[in-house]
Amino acid sequence: MPKSSQPLFLARRSYRRRRMMDAARLLPVAGAVILMLPVLWAPGETEAPDTGRGTVYLFASWALLIAAAALIARGLGPALDEDDAAEGTNDPAALLYEPPRPPADDRAEG
Amino acid sequence: MPFNILVAVCLSYVVVLFSVAFVAERRAAQGRLKFLHRPIVYTLSLSIYCTAWTFYGAVGYAARSGLEFVTIYLGPTLVFIGWWWILRKLVRIGRAQRVTSIADLISSRFGKSNTLGVVVTLMSVASATPYIALQLQSVTLSFGVFADDAPEFWALSGQGSTAMWIAVGLTVFTILFGTRNLDANERHHGVVMAIALEAVVKLVALMAVGVFVVWGLAGGVSEVLARIDASPIADWDLKPGRFAGLLFVSAAAILTLPRMFQVLVVENVDERHLATASWAFPAYLMGMSLFVIPIAVMGLERMPEGSNPDLFVLTLPLAEGQGKLALLAFLGGFSSATSMVIVAAIALATMVSNHIVTPLWLTLRKSPAREPGDIRGVILMSRRISIAGVLAMGYTYYSLSGGSEALAAIGLIAFVGAAQVLPALMGGIFWRGATHVGAMAGLLVGFAIWLYCLFLPSVGESGLISASVLAHGPFGIDWLRPRALFGIEGLDPLLHALFWSLLLNTLCFLIFSMASFPPPMERLQGVAFVNVFDQSPGTRGWTRGRAEAEDLLSMSQRILGVDEAQRFFQAQAAGQGKSGILPDTTPEFIARLERQLAGSVGAATAHAMIAQLSGGSSVSVQDLIAVAGEAAEIKEYSAQLEAKSEELARTARALREANDKLTELSIQKDAFLGQISHELRTPMTSIRAFSEILMEPDLPEEMRAKYAEIIHEEARRLTRLLDDLLDLSVLENRKVQLNIGVANLHDLISKAVGTASSTRPERRFRIERDFPSEHMPVFTDTDRLLQVFINLVSNARKYCDAELPKLRIEVKKRGKRVQIDFIDNGSGIPKKAQALIFEKFARLTDTSRAGGAGLGLAICREIMANLGGTIDYLPGQGGAAFRVTLPLRHRDSAADPVS
Repeated sequence: MPKSSQPLFLARRSYRRRRMMDAARLLPVAGAVILMLPVLWAPGETEAPDTGRGTVYLFASWALLIAAAALIARGLGPALDEDDAAEGTNDPAALLYEPPRPPADDRAEG
Repeated sequence: MPFNILVAVCLSYVVVLFSVAFVAERRAAQGRLKFLHRPIVYTLSLSIYCTAWTFYGAVGYAARSGLEFVTIYLGPTLVFIGWWWILRKLVRIGRAQRVTSIADLISSRFGKSNTLGVVVTLMSVASATPYIALQLQSVTLSFGVFADDAPEFWALSGQGSTAMWIAVGLTVFTILFGTRNLDANERHHGVVMAIALEAVVKLVALMAVGVFVVWGLAGGVSEVLARIDASPIADWDLKPGRFAGLLFVSAAAILTLPRMFQVLVVENVDERHLATASWAFPAYLMGMSLFVIPIAVMGLERMPEGSNPDLFVLTLPLAEGQGKLALLAFLGGFSSATSMVIVAAIALATMVSNHIVTPLWLTLRKSPAREPGDIRGVILMSRRISIAGVLAMGYTYYSLSGGSEALAAIGLIAFVGAAQVLPALMGGIFWRGATHVGAMAGLLVGFAIWLYCLFLPSVGESGLISASVLAHGPFGIDWLRPRALFGIEGLDPLLHALFWSLLLNTLCFLIFSMASFPPPMERLQGVAFVNVFDQSPGTRGWTRGRAEAEDLLSMSQRILGVDEAQRFFQAQAAGQGKSGILPDTTPEFIARLERQLAGSVGAATAHAMIAQLSGGSSVSVQDLIAVAGEAAEIKEYSAQLEAKSEELARTARALREANDKLTELSIQKDAFLGQISHELRTPMTSIRAFSEILMEPDLPEEMRAKYAEIIHEEARRLTRLLDDLLDLSVLENRKVQLNIGVANLHDLISKAVGTASSTRPERRFRIERDFPSEHMPVFTDTDRLLQVFINLVSNARKYCDAELPKLRIEVKKRGKRVQIDFIDNGSGIPKKAQALIFEKFARLTDTSRAGGAGLGLAICREIMANLGGTIDYLPGQGGAAFRVTLPLRHRDSAADPVS
């Protein structure tokens, strides 16, 4: 049923955005795999000191994940904007009511 | 360092926090929210995840267990980089449903049940209390490090009084900025700004100590790595189960800890901030963890045997004579502790007041909703008392536990307790089948196991669980030992409790959910939560109830405040197109009002209050069925419309056909009029011409006779034409006088054939007849019938274009009717013309050859109609064929118009 409501072909930009969402969903899975890898080394059973190596590995992969997340977050920014626009039009009566907020004075920040 | 200076530094730092919070509140009140609404502020406010447990405890943890500490920060990292899965949905739901706390979210999802809210609240308070105690303990310890010269007055009862003063100070701050107003969205700008500042302070402090340790003491990165490998924690004793378990529990905790939920969901102003936080917060966590191992290693190396590793962050700089750096570290630890306590107290107080105090107060006072007065005061007061209560409990726990345990242990116990909400939370937002019963069962089972296996044993062997129970199980039941349930031994106690509590929790949640049947309200909420991205907000929760707009207004005023409530009502009235302040109490309006109130007092309470006014339950199965009925009606209506439009299309097609026919007829009529004028004119012309000649005096007699003959002939032709027209018009109007008589059909046909033989007598024309079948009597107007037969036979003679023309006449009796077919062997009548031949003035070929006016068949049809019979063209007989049908016995009724 949902299949029919979605277009078969997407414009290049929307297509890229969808794949970006896929990447966002995949990243934590990849992260979990990377972080669990040291289990395979079984550092507890080796004689050689490996806290140093382990530290370098964990922090390096951590930094990598952060960088990937930053890239994906940048790529998904427009998708969120569109989401908001779509959400805003759903409930016209709700738009009439704004929570109390005196007019913003942007210049003061300036 | 002199104790007084330390106190003075602390106090001035607190003053700075106060003023930051105050300025932020004031700017928010003025609507200058631009700075407050930056993603960076949101990200920094999330840093309350890093409490004093992180600031002091992580180093202690690392000094004891090496790299394992890092799991506590890697778990949340995974959740944040996977924000598209869970966090985004949580934040969207939180905003759509105006959720005020995690207990509110759970209670709202499962049918706005307050019981669940109470359970989650109690669980949260229970698991947060040791955590708050931990913060008090760490600040007290850090005070102790500096305050060797504390005056007797402070040290009267050990360090307990320090903890008490801190608890009191935090209570004051939290009450001041956490309960200033009953904010519609439960957002606390002052507090958020203050904890953002504290986040910066603690990061800078820890990094400063780390930089000092790495480059000041150890002498560079490679040097540090070498020292790590030479230290007691050089061997990374990675236990896969514990590693994975801790990753999981910390990932769960960041979603379910009440204080994290508060900053993550409730204080979120913009979903897009989440995108920034998805990488910035993990980066912050990494920054906090980066120097933990080096500090631990250097501490172990340099500090004397037996010194508390939890305090290395402070004692290491102090021992190296870096007083100012130690002071910064102290402020960092102080920030970590205070920010956590403040937010946790706010979150817990909101839950306690929304789910326990306010419902109790509403129940105790019978019909409070209609009474005048401000309920806001009550709610705010209950929150203030709750804050004080939460901190008092933390302090009590601290005093009871004696403040001796390692920090990390307490933190993890709290994490496992908070994680018990995870199955209900995840099930609630991803699975529509999750029910109230399942959530309740899961929570209770998980919580009970947590209490029994982890929390109570942690209080101490002298405490609530005796050593004998720990060793041999209650009543000597071996397989119920708190640290070896079902006889499975050898598991790490934390992992043991985590495994069993979450496994049984999830199992109960799933099984009871599948076995129970949710009421309509719960199903509505289930859809609203699970499908939050693809549905319009405002699921219909209320039927047109008995609530009066005035009552609702007076109640809302007491919760939202007079101005705000009136503004809301007016806006809603305007939305309905009404002037004035009171809108109609439509289901949509009530649902919106409920959401608005839920932002202040929580979904369950708001629901209960409105239910009180509108009289009972909000939505019943009948209402749902009615909604379904409406949908069915609409569907049926649209089906009807479709059928009607098809009918219309059919009618339009018929009309088009009729129109085509009319157009053709009109063209024929025009042609005939032209022709009939010609027909009338030709004899008239010759009559006039010959009569002029007759007027000549000396005309020979034979000529005169000839011309008179011509004139006579032409006049007869004219008369015949006019007779035909007259006849037709009489027949058409059914005014013809029928002369009913009896005759043998055989005689009639023979007479017709005989009469028609004068038409084109030069042609040899064969007529095939079956005499025996023709013999039957007919009661009808025999002259008129004969006229039809003559017409048909002479038509055949006239138009049959075969080489050897032949006419077959067949007579068949069909019940009380007789059917006479006249079939010739010519080329027949083209299909296009078949519909027209019976029309007046129709003529297929050129008129001169026909010699008639094209009225013959039209007259035949009218005669047959008058006789109660029909005449039709019979296609597909190998030539022109006509079928005459008539009743054997003519009745007057049959004379009614047939065509």
